[in-house]
Amino acid sequence: MGKPPIFRLFSLLLIFTLLFTACAPAAAPAADGGAPAEEAAAEGDSAEAAPPPATGGEASAPDDGAVQIPEIEEGKFNVAFVYVGPVGDGGWTYAHNEGREYVETEMGDEVHTAYLESVPEGADAERVIRNLARNGFNAIFTTSFGYMDPTETVAEEFPDTYFVHVSGFKSNGANFGNLFGAMESMKYLVGMIAGARAAADGSNRVGYVAPFPIAEVIRHANAAALGMRQTCPDCQLDIRWIFTWFDPDLERQAAESLIEAGASVVVTGADTPGPVQVAGEKGVYGVGYDSRNACDVDPEHCLTTPYWNWGPIYAQIISSMMDGSYVGGDQYFDVDSGGLGLLGFMDGQEPMAGVPEEVIPQVQELLSQMQAGEFTRFDVFTGPINNNKGEEVVPAGESLTQSDLEGIDADLGATLGRDGCTFCMSWLAEGIVPDAEIPQ
Amino acid sequence: MTSQTTRSANPTVSRVRLERRLEQPRWLQIMSPIILLGVALLFGAVLLRMVGANPWAVYSRMAGLAFGDAYGWSDTTLKATPLILAGLGVSLAFRMRLWNIGAEGQLFIGAWFATGVALHLLPETTPQPLMLLVMAVAGFVGGALWGGIPGVLKARLNVNEIITSLMLNYVAIFWNNYFIYGPWSQRGFGLSPQFPRTAWLPRFTDYAEQFPFLRGITAHFGIFLALILAIVLWWVLRQTKWGFEIRVLGDNPQAANYAGINIVRNTVLIMMLSGGLAGLAGMSEVAGVVHRLQERFSPGYGFTAIIVAWLAKLNPLAIVLVSYLFAGLLVGGDAIQPAGIAQMLQGVILFVMVGGEMLLQYRVRFGQV
Repeated sequence: MGKPPIFRLFSLLLIFTLLFTACAPAAAPAADGGAPAEEAAAEGDSAEAAPPPATGGEASAPDDGAVQIPEIEEGKFNVAFVYVGPVGDGGWTYAHNEGREYVETEMGDEVHTAYLESVPEGADAERVIRNLARNGFNAIFTTSFGYMDPTETVAEEFPDTYFVHVSGFKSNGANFGNLFGAMESMKYLVGMIAGARAAADGSNRVGYVAPFPIAEVIRHANAAALGMRQTCPDCQLDIRWIFTWFDPDLERQAAESLIEAGASVVVTGADTPGPVQVAGEKGVYGVGYDSRNACDVDPEHCLTTPYWNWGPIYAQIISSMMDGSYVGGDQYFDVDSGGLGLLGFMDGQEPMAGVPEEVIPQVQELLSQMQAGEFTRFDVFTGPINNNKGEEVVPAGESLTQSDLEGIDADLGATLGRDGCTFCMSWLAEGIVPDAEIPQ
Repeated sequence: MTSQTTRSANPTVSRVRLERRLEQPRWLQIMSPIILLGVALLFGAVLLRMVGANPWAVYSRMAGLAFGDAYGWSDTTLKATPLILAGLGVSLAFRMRLWNIGAEGQLFIGAWFATGVALHLLPETTPQPLMLLVMAVAGFVGGALWGGIPGVLKARLNVNEIITSLMLNYVAIFWNNYFIYGPWSQRGFGLSPQFPRTAWLPRFTDYAEQFPFLRGITAHFGIFLALILAIVLWWVLRQTKWGFEIRVLGDNPQAANYAGINIVRNTVLIMMLSGGLAGLAGMSEVAGVVHRLQERFSPGYGFTAIIVAWLAKLNPLAIVLVSYLFAGLLVGGDAIQPAGIAQMLQGVILFVMVGGEMLLQYRVRFGQV
């Protein structure tokens, strides 16, 4: 006897229920890729990295234990964070949550923080942000590119609440600002380390896993190529575009392909430590990007990891909000802010075993210049710079502007109140293999 | 279905049998959703207690967020709108036993068509009603074309529509991504430029000047479209000859064939209408909420709509009700963090309700073999 169609329908439906249930959390890590912001994580102990129902939650949560009901605490400056992924993603969101915990630890007497994780970037974002504002939070940080419009909309409706959007390009000169950092400075140092390693290996070839052909990614790859040429003038940077921020399989495949093409160091610009793992399996070296945990998958074959350290940045912004001096604009911090880190080279860290001895003092020297504010992203991108076809892009003595770094065209520049780019970020720097192109 | 048996400890003496009820008692039909919701909430409470939360505080906060005040209703309406539209589409196909699980893709293509109209086909100066009308028609046509592909394949070549409609979801999402990262992109980011104001569906809060009590009510007029279509569909299925034909086609295709009902034509037509409704959901999302095409603007409404349609037993009016309940559950999910707990709770409630509905169709029999 055949199964009645009704049974088949129920089975199908139950599967979909499961899919709906199971997919919700699973989709979240993928979602953080949507931000053209880098996925990186801050330094910190892994005590808080446990998956959601773990113990170390909110000290001041109205509910006991690990769970939190995002509500304000009377008498404190209340700050809410909206995350695109789960706090346990070990990457982008993890880094932001570390920053929030830093604020809670450092300023806990005066500041109360709450967060909402895994908030989709579409219709839900505006609703969530508006609810937080309506419930009386004094400041709201939204930490994914896709939150830009919703944040702007709600910021208009709540002029007495502060809004900070991470990784976008909008602000209103009052209660709404954007925030991002010069990861390219760290990528320059990464390039120096990778170049030294490739030279020592005799391969003279470094690989780069590039997520999307957007200004930010191109800027980081170019910085890595320029840094690489500092320590290995004969080296070439091979590149693979994977068109995703988060896809473990694609990231691994890209790394494999780079290694097959002769690279002895693979630098990843995407979310997972997969490329580092692949490098280890093939007996070559990798550079992570998400978190310093990225090196934990294979410390022996991992050279370093550039990471975000949001805590001090958040603390400084929140302080300025509390004393009323915050003005929402374009805030773009460099290494001297303390908001960026390079695993193995910060205070109290030791370089990983694979980093060639001779490059260590060079990197340390330049890093301390960066920390002192003497060497910035504009120094990284100072001419003469040729493109990967050997044509001059930036003449000697000229530096890129912020609009160049971000590839802001004239139209958008006009709406942002700044000049458009002249050199822009639509070229690949010398050092990247000559036949590489920016995909259209 | 009597194969669903389990043997007790002593196989020779007795067995427990699940037997399909020939007829559900009337009281059970009415009471079953209420009983199941109660069971689900109880089950959820146990889980909440286990992770250390106070179930009562969480539930009351969830209900408060979703239905506690006008803002809550506004938020819930915002989420219910695409669920109703896509749910209606899915239910229409399901009624004819066409398992269209491609609503998500049809929604994306509908949004893509609407975006094409708003940004590239019509000038910014187009009057708002005309702009929105053309966008809605385009969204419907887009969804209908996407739904029509599995329809034609099913009708002409008898290709399984579950597979084709499911696969086309991914094609649609990639199609969408290609455009928002490529030809329609703003600065290479995963979004199109913002629509001109004429392409925005009016929101209640836009009328706050005349009616101050509407301030902050951000739900948009797509809800009217959804409600009207629910009523129209209910009437068509109940009162017209064509509605009757669809039901016969679903229940007994052979009989329908004898009765001279055109299976091929109706298969294609129903799949197109089904897809068109999902396409309208996409149009209403981009025109009413996001105001541009962007990556992942739908958090899986097309998939959720399948559960909605089924829990509503494919009744268009019940779909409105279930969509609101569902939207409330999603909105209320923000009441508790980490989000995993809210998602677990939503999953438990859904699973109990869907699974329980199935169990209630059976009765347990104890007896000797």
